[in-house]
Amino acid sequence: MTDHAAIAPSEARTLRSYVYDPKIRAIFFQILTLVIVVAIGWSIFDNTVANLARSGTASGYQFLKGRAGFDIGASLIDYSSDSTYGRAILVGFLNTILVAFFGIITATAIGFIIGIGRLSKNWLIAKLCTVYVEVFRNIPVLLIIFFWYKGVLSSLPQVRDSLKLPLGMVLNNRGLAFPRPVWGDAAWVIPVALLIAIVATFIVARWAKQRQMRTGQQFHTIWAAIGLIVGLPVLAFLAVGAPLTFDFPIAGRFNLSGGSVIAPEFVALYLALSFYTASFIAETIRAGIRAVAKGQSEAAAALGLQPSTTTRLVVVPQAMRVIIPPLTSQYLNLTKNSSLGIAVGFPELVATGGTTMNQTGQAIEVVSIWLVVYLSISITTSLFMNWFNAKMALVER
Amino acid sequence: MNTKTISYVRQEMIAPTPAPLSTRSASGWIRTNLLATPKDAALTILAVALLVWALPGMINWLFVQAAWFGTDRSFCTTAVQGGIKPNGWSGACWAFVGDRFQQFMFGRYPIDERWRPMLVAVLFICLLVPALMPKLPRKGLNALLLFVGLPILAFFLLHGGVFGLQKVETPLWGGLMVTLILSFVGIAVSLPVGILLALGRRSTMPVIRILCVTFIEVIRGVPLITVLFMANVMLPLFLPTGWTIDNFLRALVGVAIFASAYMAEVVRGGLQAIPKGQFEGADSLGLSYWQKIRLIIMPQALKLVIPGIVNTFIGLFKDTSLVSIIGMFDLLGIVQLNFTDTTWISPVTPITGLIFAGFIFWLFCFGMSRYSAFMERHLDTNLKR
Repeated sequence: MTDHAAIAPSEARTLRSYVYDPKIRAIFFQILTLVIVVAIGWSIFDNTVANLARSGTASGYQFLKGRAGFDIGASLIDYSSDSTYGRAILVGFLNTILVAFFGIITATAIGFIIGIGRLSKNWLIAKLCTVYVEVFRNIPVLLIIFFWYKGVLSSLPQVRDSLKLPLGMVLNNRGLAFPRPVWGDAAWVIPVALLIAIVATFIVARWAKQRQMRTGQQFHTIWAAIGLIVGLPVLAFLAVGAPLTFDFPIAGRFNLSGGSVIAPEFVALYLALSFYTASFIAETIRAGIRAVAKGQSEAAAALGLQPSTTTRLVVVPQAMRVIIPPLTSQYLNLTKNSSLGIAVGFPELVATGGTTMNQTGQAIEVVSIWLVVYLSISITTSLFMNWFNAKMALVER
Repeated sequence: MNTKTISYVRQEMIAPTPAPLSTRSASGWIRTNLLATPKDAALTILAVALLVWALPGMINWLFVQAAWFGTDRSFCTTAVQGGIKPNGWSGACWAFVGDRFQQFMFGRYPIDERWRPMLVAVLFICLLVPALMPKLPRKGLNALLLFVGLPILAFFLLHGGVFGLQKVETPLWGGLMVTLILSFVGIAVSLPVGILLALGRRSTMPVIRILCVTFIEVIRGVPLITVLFMANVMLPLFLPTGWTIDNFLRALVGVAIFASAYMAEVVRGGLQAIPKGQFEGADSLGLSYWQKIRLIIMPQALKLVIPGIVNTFIGLFKDTSLVSIIGMFDLLGIVQLNFTDTTWISPVTPITGLIFAGFIFWLFCFGMSRYSAFMERHLDTNLKR
């Protein structure tokens, strides 16, 4: 074998051969790109510094320690208008996580039902589920949020005409108020009992699997798990003398006192995100289940597995491989769409950050906080899902 | 050969018998599709109960009880609220939509000048319809007119200030017109930029690859509303002192940047599906990089990802509604603006307006998804020959 580069003496290379050398070209284009990007970046930086100096805005994150001075309707941690901007943004972040968490659970549940429903042999069910998907998938999520907020929730009665619901709950246009549990001193045993129950469940599951491997006998771990996880905390609760009282909400003429309140903004955002994302999740589920070859369930039937066992052990694990990657991106979409809470005044990250930005004029800093937070959420979720995906992936020999 | 006729072979065929009654009659269909198992029967009863509970009320509210004609809020309010309807009445207020229809379409565009957006719309339809029909020839010229010629002409027609046309500033633009302009420009910009970004991400040059990956992942990792805020507050800071940038243009930049990043990932999916032999074959023919991409790779890659591209368009079209948060009056924004209008304020106005806006959005998105399904089938038969 002869190598051209080795034969051709280096002094014989003409300028032309350098111009057409892909390696040299690649280096040239990369340097050119870098120069252009740096030049643009430098001019942007220069302009920004000049513009900020002209408007007299100090850059830096010092403003986070300043007094916020605005109220936030819903907060998971202590917050008042005397708190700092940093705390206001933290409250927003926690609210984003809260609505994303509950939204993801509900959207997954609805999405699973609708997705499986679309594959049903029952014509009416399949058609109803198709209508659901086609309606919600083709409408902007912002419109659905407004629909819940303006259309449905704002038609609720005023505080003095509150609807009394069972279990001491009260419904009016300030939201759904429900009795707030007040725990006694000895209540710490309950989470401890729950923790013990979870650990015990793992041990039981491992023992059951080992026994099935050894003897072929099955053990219904699920019932043991439910018994442990529900039973142990309840026993602990009763053992320490039921240290629980309730703070009931009381509807006054204009305001509610006592109890905990779920704000209508939260409900509108939560329901809209759940219903909207569920339509996408349903399509993901349907595609995943259809991707499992029919031969798989037929083979399982030939082995004598029950239909429910077939679904649990043969179809679902294989469908999950197809479902997980798009499902992850739907979860991320839901989390990102929770930023639309700003449109109905739900104080999530973008809303509290936006207020901070308007009050302090620290646009670049606030936007950078948004970028860092959302990118961290995205990267964390992707890393977790990649790990999960690798665990579920087909093991090829 | 044995020529003797075999007596037991039938000489003429029996006419086909119709399918058994249990599969072709209505009751048979109901039995197999609705009542196959006890579980199915229970589900069917549940679904019918749901329909019986919800549908008549909805139809009644939307059409029967609805106020179809009227000039102000009194037509959509009950006597207690100061209107002409009997107490306890509730129904859609289509009179509101009818009265404000022009505004929902054009925003606050001057009434005497509304022939201009209408002309643009007619031109748009005349160029779009032939572009969407696969059988018609001259796709290149058509695309050139649609994506280059029309936007330039539309800008001068809508904005005015030249050829004796009255100047109409962008804050006066609104309604469906703004929604369509934003999404059309987003589509027209995002496709070429997305292709370049996808090529950059697959490039062997590390500097270009890193730049493209960073751009795509950062934009895809954050919500559109933060990108719009960025375009709205930070773009003016980035420009040299004294330059100003139109609010409408800021939103356009934000939407285009956002759509490009998503489009890049869709195109990358197509690029990855092209077998390596295609790249190597093009190289061995002596084609340059751009010839290879233009003549061999892109035609195949784009064909593969047409559903993904249309899905991005649908997403973009829905996402343009977010500009209402940064103070622009697209279809959703203008509908919302009218909720506070004292002429029409009533308990049923907001929900009627939202249903109308939702229906318009749905019509466009559903149309696009149907077209994508049609194209998929059309191109599929081509591949299978």
